[in-house]
Amino acid sequence: MNYQLNHLRELESESIFVLREVAAQFENPVLMFSGGKDSILMSYLAMKAFYPAKVPFPLLHVDTGHNFPETIEFRDNWVKKIGAKLIVGSVQEAIDKGMVVEEKGVNASRNGLQTAVLLDELEKGKFDAAMGGARRDEEKARAKERFFSHRDEFGQWDPKNQRPELWNIFNGKKHFGEHFRIFPISNWTEMDVWMYLAMEKVELPNLYFAHERDVFDRDGILLANTDYIEKKPNEKIVKKMVRCRTIGDMTCTGVWESQATTIEDIITEVSTTRVTERGGRADDKRSETSMEDRKIKGYF
Amino acid sequence: MTQQEYENMELLRFTTAGSVDDGKSTLIGRLLYDSKSIFEDQYETIKKTSERRGEEGVNLALLTDGLKSEREQGITIDVAYRYFSTPKRKFIIADTPGHIQYTRNMVTGASTANVALILIDARNGVMEQTRRHAIIASLLQIPHVVVCVNKMDLVEYKEEAYEAIKDEFSNWASKLDVKDVHFIPISALNGDNVVDKSENMPWYGGTTLLYYLENVHIGSDHNLIDVRFPVQHVIRPYNDEFHDYRGYSGRVAGGVMKKGDKVTILPSGFTSTISKIDTYDGELEQAHAPMSVTVLLEDDIDISRGDMIVRENNQPEVSQDVEIMVSWFNERPLQLRGKYTLMHTTKECRCIIKDIQYKLDINTLHRNLEDKDVKMNDIARVTLRTTKPLFADSYRRNRITGSVILIDEGTNETVGAGMII
Repeated sequence: MNYQLNHLRELESESIFVLREVAAQFENPVLMFSGGKDSILMSYLAMKAFYPAKVPFPLLHVDTGHNFPETIEFRDNWVKKIGAKLIVGSVQEAIDKGMVVEEKGVNASRNGLQTAVLLDELEKGKFDAAMGGARRDEEKARAKERFFSHRDEFGQWDPKNQRPELWNIFNGKKHFGEHFRIFPISNWTEMDVWMYLAMEKVELPNLYFAHERDVFDRDGILLANTDYIEKKPNEKIVKKMVRCRTIGDMTCTGVWESQATTIEDIITEVSTTRVTERGGRADDKRSETSMEDRKIKGYF
Repeated sequence: MTQQEYENMELLRFTTAGSVDDGKSTLIGRLLYDSKSIFEDQYETIKKTSERRGEEGVNLALLTDGLKSEREQGITIDVAYRYFSTPKRKFIIADTPGHIQYTRNMVTGASTANVALILIDARNGVMEQTRRHAIIASLLQIPHVVVCVNKMDLVEYKEEAYEAIKDEFSNWASKLDVKDVHFIPISALNGDNVVDKSENMPWYGGTTLLYYLENVHIGSDHNLIDVRFPVQHVIRPYNDEFHDYRGYSGRVAGGVMKKGDKVTILPSGFTSTISKIDTYDGELEQAHAPMSVTVLLEDDIDISRGDMIVRENNQPEVSQDVEIMVSWFNERPLQLRGKYTLMHTTKECRCIIKDIQYKLDINTLHRNLEDKDVKMNDIARVTLRTTKPLFADSYRRNRITGSVILIDEGTNETVGAGMII
């Protein structure tokens, strides 16, 4: 008898343990859902963790108003499928109300504005734990993130004063007004996520698969053509077979030339690709420490 | 890669500890680079940084650079987790600093590791830091230790240099509680015996480091003997289809649970029989550590989070008086007669520090019976009294049911980690 789990089952078991720990230790948790593969995985694991009961917390989507339309369509079907409640926070509304001010210029993005809307939604919903699909392999600041990450009343991350995390004991104690960010899939890599989604035959947004789209080149990154981006005079629109490796805002998510039309093709592609998935994220390219700086302010 | 291939991959966690000079970052960089886990954009970034700093060649150590504050000081402060994989295994590295002032970070990284990777500079031999890492590996019961004698290129790849260090370490380590020690001569800088076999050390007949990591037997690292199932969460669907469903979910902490097993529930002492082991993917005949499952019982018994399901004839120690080795994490020293919140598996209670027996010198294993001032990074043997009985095994027997954390009741910080004796 072999008592060794394969790596995907071991990661699954760890994430389910973390999700159940959240339900047990917090009064009002919420799961951050972006429509990307990592949050699809996380909510899929939540469905498994509480089966046959329903997922005992809502999904929260911060809609920048600049999402790919495919993302929104997928999101609405997905929440029905896993039987969860959906809350939508709108960046557009926040701009209209004057809570935040839109960035200007050619590289304008609503990425930074998400943080304010997120914190506002967390406050409105009185959520004491927000689960995110961030992974430690994504970025150097995230490599030091805990599963249970403590935030002060301003939602800030203090990288030098993190709680030690040992064995599988998670300390979710907090003072009134403070909350936690929780990262149940911390230990998964991009490859693990794809392999698991393939193994489990999980449905995915078609943006991840190669399709024909109008795109243009900006500083070596291909961006989807949309009215949300102000084009420079020299930027020419061309039709190409592309797919997304990550799904974020249309303004800052690069698309990749690809012929991968199935999840198996994607696994082959990812295993031979020599550029990180965030290599196409304009928001990470602003400076060497942009992720660390954003996280300190309360970004995921 | 085919589905069949990746469904046969295993997960191995290892920990490294080291300071700036011993080549730890270079070794990790080398493993990542030679196993092709480095992407072009990452490589380009460190190449540019190396050039800017005027360094010769590409400094692979930069791959493990972390937070801004760490880069400014040129050291690793915290535990950083890194990932790479080969077709056989996925690896999680808990990369920790090696200086004594970061003992707590080393303890954290060691707590979940299957393998401890200890680096020794071939020119310097066994140093205080080497001993400290080995002692932590022993205290935290890391099942396997691999000692890499690094910088062999700087001792002209001489067998004598390697053998002398191997003997010195082996003699000293015999008093530790480490079962499986393995030695490999390497040069992280040049890649000798890291991923590829070295041509510079024909006298070495052993395997490379990566081969060792891919093949070391980890199938017995979990306790598969004593059934321990800490109840984490009670599942009650409250719908028509599953009207009377009452499942106890959790992660198996030890042993192999089977449908039909006679079990005892702690603390009530009631007995019942496992009627079903359930998952989203269907019913299972049996479950073992570290699987997350939901257990259903034949009898209707009041069970809640913090209770433990065990076999009738194999039960943990049930006691309110607990002896632990504690690793202290906080700037505020451990308080004799102080009260703390204690977490043990899924159970939470309060405890009082009844006695501090001795402080352990983490460099020499010397027991200091006089100085009982337990400060940050100290390790000490203490006696606790808890408000509720713990269902505990010794840490040596089970790392999950044998471990506790202590939490400051005022600040909510995790201030200590304890291993039950």
